[in-house]
Amino acid sequence: MSPLRNVRDWLDERFGWDDLVAPLRKKAVPLHKLSYWYFLGGITLFLFVIQVLTGILLLLYYRPGASEAFESVQYIMTQVQFGWLIRSIHSWSANLMIFTAFAHMFSVLFLKAYRKPRELTWVSGVVLLFLVMGFGFSGYLLPWNTLAFFATKVGTEITGQVPVIGKPLMIFLRGGEEVTGATLTRFFGFHVAVLPGLTTVLILLHLLLVQHLGISIPPKLEVQWTANPSARREMKFFPNFLLRELMAWYVALAVLGALAAVFPWNLGVKADPFVSAPAGIKPEWYFLFMFQTLKLIPPRVWFIDGEVLGVLAFGLVALLWLLLPFFESDQPSRTKVWITGLAIFALAYVAGMSVYGHLAK
Amino acid sequence: MAILRNKLRPFGVTCYVALAGFFVLAASTAYGQTPNSCLDCHAALPDPLGVSQEKFSQDIHGQKGLTCASCHGGDPTSNDPDKAMSRKAGWKGKIDRRQIPQLCGSCHSDPAYIRQFNPSLRTDQLDQYRTSVHGRRFAAGDTKVAVCTDCHSVHDLRAPSDLRSTVNPVNVATTCARCHSDAAYMKAYSIPTDQLAKYSTSVHHEALTVRGDLSAPTCTTCHGNHGAAPPGVDRVQNVCSNCHTFQAQMYEKSSHKKAFEGASLPGCVVCHSNHGIGHPSDAYLGTGPEAVCKRCHTPGDKCDQARAGLQSGLNRLDEAIKGADRILGVAESSGMEVSEARLGQDQARASLTKARVTIHSFRPDLVDQDIQAGLKLAAKDLQAGNEAMVERNHRRVGLGISLIAIGIVLAGLWLYIKKIETY
Repeated sequence: MSPLRNVRDWLDERFGWDDLVAPLRKKAVPLHKLSYWYFLGGITLFLFVIQVLTGILLLLYYRPGASEAFESVQYIMTQVQFGWLIRSIHSWSANLMIFTAFAHMFSVLFLKAYRKPRELTWVSGVVLLFLVMGFGFSGYLLPWNTLAFFATKVGTEITGQVPVIGKPLMIFLRGGEEVTGATLTRFFGFHVAVLPGLTTVLILLHLLLVQHLGISIPPKLEVQWTANPSARREMKFFPNFLLRELMAWYVALAVLGALAAVFPWNLGVKADPFVSAPAGIKPEWYFLFMFQTLKLIPPRVWFIDGEVLGVLAFGLVALLWLLLPFFESDQPSRTKVWITGLAIFALAYVAGMSVYGHLAK
Repeated sequence: MAILRNKLRPFGVTCYVALAGFFVLAASTAYGQTPNSCLDCHAALPDPLGVSQEKFSQDIHGQKGLTCASCHGGDPTSNDPDKAMSRKAGWKGKIDRRQIPQLCGSCHSDPAYIRQFNPSLRTDQLDQYRTSVHGRRFAAGDTKVAVCTDCHSVHDLRAPSDLRSTVNPVNVATTCARCHSDAAYMKAYSIPTDQLAKYSTSVHHEALTVRGDLSAPTCTTCHGNHGAAPPGVDRVQNVCSNCHTFQAQMYEKSSHKKAFEGASLPGCVVCHSNHGIGHPSDAYLGTGPEAVCKRCHTPGDKCDQARAGLQSGLNRLDEAIKGADRILGVAESSGMEVSEARLGQDQARASLTKARVTIHSFRPDLVDQDIQAGLKLAAKDLQAGNEAMVERNHRRVGLGISLIAIGIVLAGLWLYIKKIETY
């Protein structure tokens, strides 16, 4: 008997291992011409795991604090063996993870996978996307360079525009009236403790829901397959789909490695609160569509401050986005066309505004 | 409370308070203002008699509460022109040009009077003026030379800190040039009239107007303002040393100082010129068109050899810095972190600057010390750049090997999938 078999038997004897993994064996993935979109969630999860691993390694050398943060990242980039690789992978992986999370969300939207009974899967997924953006926002400040400093200043200032709770929220985020070392310590705490904790719990919930509810089939196909069950085509999750997912992860790893080796993440110049902000400062690309929108809103719309209106509008859109599945029909044959239209508009808006924001001076 | 409210009659009280406020406001606005009836008529007159209220309100004297009568005399409180401009009331009419310095000095040389308006304002302008070329000629009866109002203007005279002032640092050169660039006006004085044209091409003018450095020299910085005069051949280095301290210290101890003094040559100006002073260049030490040493030294002599050594040293350091910059630039564009070497480059550049300053000692051994220090730094930075490039190449080789390994794993996985799906 092989040692692996021995371990499995040992586990089975004590915890009923075979019963535990039985659902995985039974799990099947629908097979159709859009099945490859199912890989996106797994890739996002893989990138999250990369983030956790590289993040832990960075923690070995990173020191939060206005007088040490930049120097410690500089030390990681220049002195620590493979430090440049770990930090570059962490930064590139963060950006790729946000990209794949967005792509995953839009694929779910276009394939209408958010419909009953998967409303909570959608809700947990959208909250995860917000958390991932929170990771991006908090992590961006940690190297304490000029761009990060001023981007955080602008970002937290926008938070301060929210009526009633804005100012206290901004002070809470900054740890005072201004962006200082206190903000850095705070953001570090959010980045390495609060957000990972919340995200891990939500990922588990998200995966549990996916496991429990199975993988969604596009509505048209669902109708066809219900009418003609013999047309139904599936692939076993284990090992067939998982092996393909593993291939996707390897491709993602190759892309990450290539990006990190050819374009190591720039360190920039140490933040100096006493110099003026660099001209044309912009946030990271995933906040650019919101930033550009706020820039385009006139200073005053009717009697409301333009920026306040923009922030409120984004808050409302985020809430409606979160509750989107509840506007959808629960009949596969009667899906709401306007939601697909809205999804197309949202995608075009986010992409268009991001490009515009990138090109704008 | 209701009774009290009725008795107070809120509307009535508001009216009384508003009326009282109006009187207080009117009284406070009128307080301190001296009637100035002159402007009632002169605002409507053509130049040179025309002075509008708007123009005079820009004048620092007007802003400080002085009126036309402060200089011209008369009674500005009277609306009757005959009374306002009567000799009895002390009216002086148009101020005679010969009286202007004395008239201005009657206030500006009185510390007790000036202190009321600006305690830090100097009161030696008239004394200084008397020592200036302008003042001395003026005293000798030449009324063509500049008096106070020629430079400071009149009736709309602004504080020098005001950018619109004719004596603001950025406007001084143009103000001086109004006379000094006018060949016809200056004909009798036999001095050049190309100062502004030359100054406009100078490094000082560039610093003042392009970089906006208000401490950069303009005419008055070297010549003085109220006491304006040429620095004098033997005093040139004293003028330049006000800003170029290190160069001056080295020049003071150099062999050139004695030699220039002996030949009555004007120090710094011999090599750098005066109004049209350009960006100093290492080519000054060469043999080309910009060369300055060859103007006095014979090719091949001991000093000429030293000159060649100095130039070659500076060029060597300059090239070494540029070489290190190039490799660091490539490494940086490849994403390599070379900020420490960049810092070293700044130090190397500082050594080059120091060597260029040390040139003013005319001692090759001292200059060589700075050059060697810079070369050492540049060599270290070049090595850092080369190491960064080697590291970059290692990374790329590592990436290639990793990609091959990942490719093999992917192929293996694909074959395995095919295998399990075939059965």
